[in-house]
Amino acid sequence: MPDLAIIIPSVLNGLTTGALYALVALGLTLIYGVLHIINFAHGALLMVGLYAVYFLNATLGIDPYVALLIVPPLMFALGYALQRGIIGKASHGRDENILLVTLGLSIVIENLSLFVFKSDTRAIDTPYSFEVVEILGAFLPLPKVIAFAGALITATLLWLLMARTDLGKAIRALAKERKGAKLVGINTEHVFAMSFGLGIGCLGVAACLLLPSYYVNPQVGHGFVLIAFTIVVLGGMGSFVGALIGGLIIGVVEALGGLFLGESLGQIGIFLIFILVLIFRPTGLLGHKV
Amino acid sequence: MKQLVLLGLVFAVIGLAPFVISSEFTLNLVIMVLYAALLGQAWNILGGYGGQFSFGHAAYFGTGAYTVAVLQVQLGINPWLGLVAGGVMAMLVAAFIGFATFRYGLRGSYFALVTLAFAEVLRILSNSVPFTGAGVGILIPLDQSAANFQFASKQGFFWVIWVMTLAAFATVWWIGKSRFGAQLMAVRDNEDAARALGVEAFKVKMGAIMLSGLFSGLAGVFYAQYFLYLDPYIAYGPAISIESLLVPIVGGLGTLFGPLLGAIGLHLISEATRELIGDLPGISLVIYGIVLVIMVLFMPRGLAGLVRRLWPKPAPAKAQATEGGHA
Repeated sequence: MPDLAIIIPSVLNGLTTGALYALVALGLTLIYGVLHIINFAHGALLMVGLYAVYFLNATLGIDPYVALLIVPPLMFALGYALQRGIIGKASHGRDENILLVTLGLSIVIENLSLFVFKSDTRAIDTPYSFEVVEILGAFLPLPKVIAFAGALITATLLWLLMARTDLGKAIRALAKERKGAKLVGINTEHVFAMSFGLGIGCLGVAACLLLPSYYVNPQVGHGFVLIAFTIVVLGGMGSFVGALIGGLIIGVVEALGGLFLGESLGQIGIFLIFILVLIFRPTGLLGHKV
Repeated sequence: MKQLVLLGLVFAVIGLAPFVISSEFTLNLVIMVLYAALLGQAWNILGGYGGQFSFGHAAYFGTGAYTVAVLQVQLGINPWLGLVAGGVMAMLVAAFIGFATFRYGLRGSYFALVTLAFAEVLRILSNSVPFTGAGVGILIPLDQSAANFQFASKQGFFWVIWVMTLAAFATVWWIGKSRFGAQLMAVRDNEDAARALGVEAFKVKMGAIMLSGLFSGLAGVFYAQYFLYLDPYIAYGPAISIESLLVPIVGGLGTLFGPLLGAIGLHLISEATRELIGDLPGISLVIYGIVLVIMVLFMPRGLAGLVRRLWPKPAPAKAQATEGGHA
């Protein structure tokens, strides 16, 4: 049994990674909660966000944290357009069709970037990339601590938006009762697209917070997409708090799994949780009903 | 009956290929089309006729492929025996996944996600354990003889895949006619109603996933013997899962000939892009993705639906109601 001096840093590290996972999952859970669709292109769109942050930095020298003002709005617009132009038109009354269309989109986006950017892995160099902060005797990279705080702030903002604004009200109404929402004059297509845009906008935030301590390549989304699904399912589809808690749990499980079983096998822990939760408690920890 | 005759005719015509085609390149193309049709028909049993969309058919394909390869390389067991073992193993994996998911009534998106996760677990496992050759992969030593399931010419492989694919199509023809098939389609169209009428949905879905897994596993066995090399990404990676579902969706879900039409269509598209743009990394998958999006947006009934629209059958209203199961 390794002693606490190893376990505590590992857990803290897992928590910071988990917060980022949570941020990716927040977008996914928002989209699921409102549109009742599973966005398979989520990982691919995160990759698009990461490339945007990367190129803003590499060509214009824009700091990833400054890019927070640029990338999330762009991603929001992209999400809005995708939902309005393609995804929303695909269902023909069957949810499976939406799964297929988002799967198709993810294949296109991923392989197009493989084609354009080649499979090189790229990372950015910032003056603070290697700064560390000491917490509870553990040394954590500064960008990860910032990302942790950023994820919590984003989750709070999102919650405020949903609880306090008219848009939030419309989104919640639509999530509960489509026909009713339409009857009281809510422009459903617009609100659906707004929700999808918000979910993708979250990915933009995640990309800005992630890149200083991470890297980007065309396959980078893969690693995130199943993890994000796991979190969403674990936390309960559509639940914000669930996504946050689920993200933190998965981050810690991954860190400890890696510590005890090694990198490659450690990931299996995540998938096993995923399968077990889906089979035994598909409503998740905080979900209501499937 | 008319369909059976048509099926026999189509496969008889395909069976002429080795006699009239002298170029190895073209014969290889025919083999790959049959192989894609087999993969697609396997998926079609569960996805098209059963309405259960699997995103992880690589789990069965990879199991079939690894079974024949590992038995051969590690234990020296003849690949013809490996063929049987591969099919059975794939069927068992399918039974396990089916039992785990259908038992708890997972449907729709949840089922798709779980199957994807199972394929990923198998990919990571095969990447970690020593007897599959881990990340390096496994190489089946070249030893050409028919007794060894390695043919010197493409013709031998042609007949193997021809028989396998014919078996899959004949099975699906039977599904379209049988009581089992009728129950399966009832579950697809409305599971609750089917259960209310006394259909044992769980058993029916188990039957479908096991048949589906069997044929996917056979496709995997064929792949292993044809290319003599496997690694975790080839066997259990997402490419196979995507191809499996793309073929019947392009061709026409829940139709007998849909997977064949889809396999031909996709190969024509990918050959055409190779001619036009050249062999660039990722580009054929880009095209596949675009095809998938376009099909779902504009032709949700696939090529078979298009054929149908061009030559509509003067069918009475009664036949229309059961149309889902017939090509």
